[in-house]
Amino acid sequence: MAELRNYTLNFGPQHPAAHGVLRLVLELDGEVVERADPHIGLLHRATEKLAEHRTWLQSVPYMDRLDYVSMMCNEHAYCMAIEKLLGIEPPLRALYIRTLFDEVTRILNHLLNIGTHALDVGAMSIMLYTFREREDLIDAYEAVSGSRMHAAYYRPGGVYRDLPDRMPQYRESKWKDPATVKALNEARSGSLLDYLDDFCTRFPKYIDEYATLLNENRIWKQRLVGIGVVSAERARQLGFSGVMLRGSGVEWDLRKKQPYAAYDRVDFDVPVGVTGDSYDRYLCRMEEMRQSTRIMKQCIDWLRVNPGPVITDNAKVAPPSREAMKSNMEELIHHFKLFSEGMHVPEGEAYAAVEHPKGEFGIYLVSDGANKPYRMKIRAPGFVHLAAMDEMARGHMIADVVTIIGSQDIVFGEIDR
Amino acid sequence: MMEAFQQFLGEFLGESGALAVWTLLKIVAVVLPLLGAVAYLTYAERKIIGFMQVRVGPQRVGFKGLLQPIADALKLMFKEIIIPTGADKTLFLLAPVLSMIPALAAWAVVPFNDTLVIADVDASLLFVLALSSFGVYGIILAGWASNSKYALLGAMRSAAQLISYEIAMGMALITVLMVSNSLNLGAIVGAQGQGMFVDLGAGFLSWNWLPLLPMFVVYVVSGVAETNRAPFDMAEGEAEIVAGFHVEYSGMAFAIFFLAEYANMILVSALTALLFLGGWLSPVGFLPDSIFWLFAKIAALLFFFLWIRATFPRYRYDQVMRLGWKVFIPLCFVWIVVVGCWMMSPLNIWK
Repeated sequence: MAELRNYTLNFGPQHPAAHGVLRLVLELDGEVVERADPHIGLLHRATEKLAEHRTWLQSVPYMDRLDYVSMMCNEHAYCMAIEKLLGIEPPLRALYIRTLFDEVTRILNHLLNIGTHALDVGAMSIMLYTFREREDLIDAYEAVSGSRMHAAYYRPGGVYRDLPDRMPQYRESKWKDPATVKALNEARSGSLLDYLDDFCTRFPKYIDEYATLLNENRIWKQRLVGIGVVSAERARQLGFSGVMLRGSGVEWDLRKKQPYAAYDRVDFDVPVGVTGDSYDRYLCRMEEMRQSTRIMKQCIDWLRVNPGPVITDNAKVAPPSREAMKSNMEELIHHFKLFSEGMHVPEGEAYAAVEHPKGEFGIYLVSDGANKPYRMKIRAPGFVHLAAMDEMARGHMIADVVTIIGSQDIVFGEIDR
Repeated sequence: MMEAFQQFLGEFLGESGALAVWTLLKIVAVVLPLLGAVAYLTYAERKIIGFMQVRVGPQRVGFKGLLQPIADALKLMFKEIIIPTGADKTLFLLAPVLSMIPALAAWAVVPFNDTLVIADVDASLLFVLALSSFGVYGIILAGWASNSKYALLGAMRSAAQLISYEIAMGMALITVLMVSNSLNLGAIVGAQGQGMFVDLGAGFLSWNWLPLLPMFVVYVVSGVAETNRAPFDMAEGEAEIVAGFHVEYSGMAFAIFFLAEYANMILVSALTALLFLGGWLSPVGFLPDSIFWLFAKIAALLFFFLWIRATFPRYRYDQVMRLGWKVFIPLCFVWIVVVGCWMMSPLNIWK
């Protein structure tokens, strides 16, 4: 009898469901996966090494390019690590702004995840609905930082600038008549806070819409329930964090356990799954979006009534005001030193972690007192999750591998770094 | 006028020659509009799904994008057909043709009204069934000849799927021919045009869909599965096996697969309209029967096809098999017995 060999399938890196450049080598028995071997490194850009040759501030934009769907959360961890080394605390308003934009980012990330997950499983309309809402939030990013994606808005010691008083407007064109433009600009007539407030009132209804299409959909449930089950104990052993851990029923959220920014001042719940399958993780993400809306709302209300500085007045860390710089020799020197040599961070090491939409995103910094880090290490949640791919996919079918990739919420920017 | 034209042909070409030319003309008269319909079905799909997804769909080529299908066809025609290394060249090129032929040939027996049909054969339903099962060869050959793992997986899935749903579909049709007492599509439509409700002026209640409702559902769902459309499109499963059986095809070879899929959709809709929805019969008494009813029913069914594509996620391969073998086929068995008993009982409505 001829020797039977398993079918080896090269899944990716050019594959519609690979979420970037994942290369999975699948050993198949018929359609059943015997072994899934993830290969990484196709998006490696040596961020950690690059940071050793840039001043502290120059590395902030690199952080945006790690997990490129939750940009500001990456910056947050980096800025927190530097602040820890410097021993400074940003002003309260900056903390609230960070909380607000962390939650905007969380919604951005979860919307992308749920949309593409559904697209991978075959429900293509959801993706376009979620992207409609993403567009609104990306506009908020643009209004606050000037960039739709790579914001570089958080800075060591606070945030780059205060929230803008007006939103960019749509303009009439060949494709948009005055009536359309008027409707589009309606929510944009006020400040950024008004705009986000309006979004927070609209958004829960949109979540209900997605839930109507998916939650009780028989096919969706058949495809997700019981797929990629990870027990609570195993999830802990594997070093999972974020939704991957909470989906398995472990109540662990850094926003609650090690509060940072203004998270101890806002009220929110942490959804936790039961069985640890893809469906539970999906439900967790849906609920987290509702909770994020709640947090956003509280931040907006606080920010409306509490004006103040948004970046530290420590001139060794943050640039002085433009006006002071023009009139004052001291400030001019500070400005010059900050933008040529950069800030100096005292010798030491620090680890700061945030509850990133994907899990615990941490930055570990070693400083030798120079104007750049001696060493930076990035703790990427997706890396740990992807490492469990083999275990989660074994015994499932090819179509389930796609479901699992979707529910792990993998983005290669952070995994390959 | 038509007779005069036939006579004119007869004078020139003789009896058999005239028949050949006349049939050829009839074929052209069916196939050309059909191809046009296929082209604009792709346009309709993109527009309709576009609106369902808060987009606008094609709008740049021609007025409201109406020339888009033509632009697509031209583009595909000018593209290179790449034949992968190690592919079986003959089979590779034969496969799209094989999938296209049955999709078009089946139209030979499809009646458009009581007289308008190319070939009014007695066992036309059987002919259609035979041809529609033939379509799977194109897919299997394409998957096999491509020398690609994804394509082979797609072909395997599609073969298994088509065979299982062919059975469910055939069984659903058994009940139809039981109640209409004929295998001729025209006669089946005719049988739906009589009964108590027709006399009351509510003809749509006497069509087969109502008394055979479970079979109607089975047939429509199997039809979706037969044509490899979402949510049963595992043979293509673009998120899993990229494009399945036609992953290696490009240019016109790909376009022919595409055409075949859409021609099959129209065919399945037409058959559903004829078998269950009374074909060209008018739904209400005060409007005349007309070919436009048939077109309207086909269009409604096609819209349904597009609608579910925009709504549902994709089934997994084993779930599709389970639905076919464990739900539909047993259901068909039961319903055949039920209809048999019904026809034997005094409550028989199909006398």
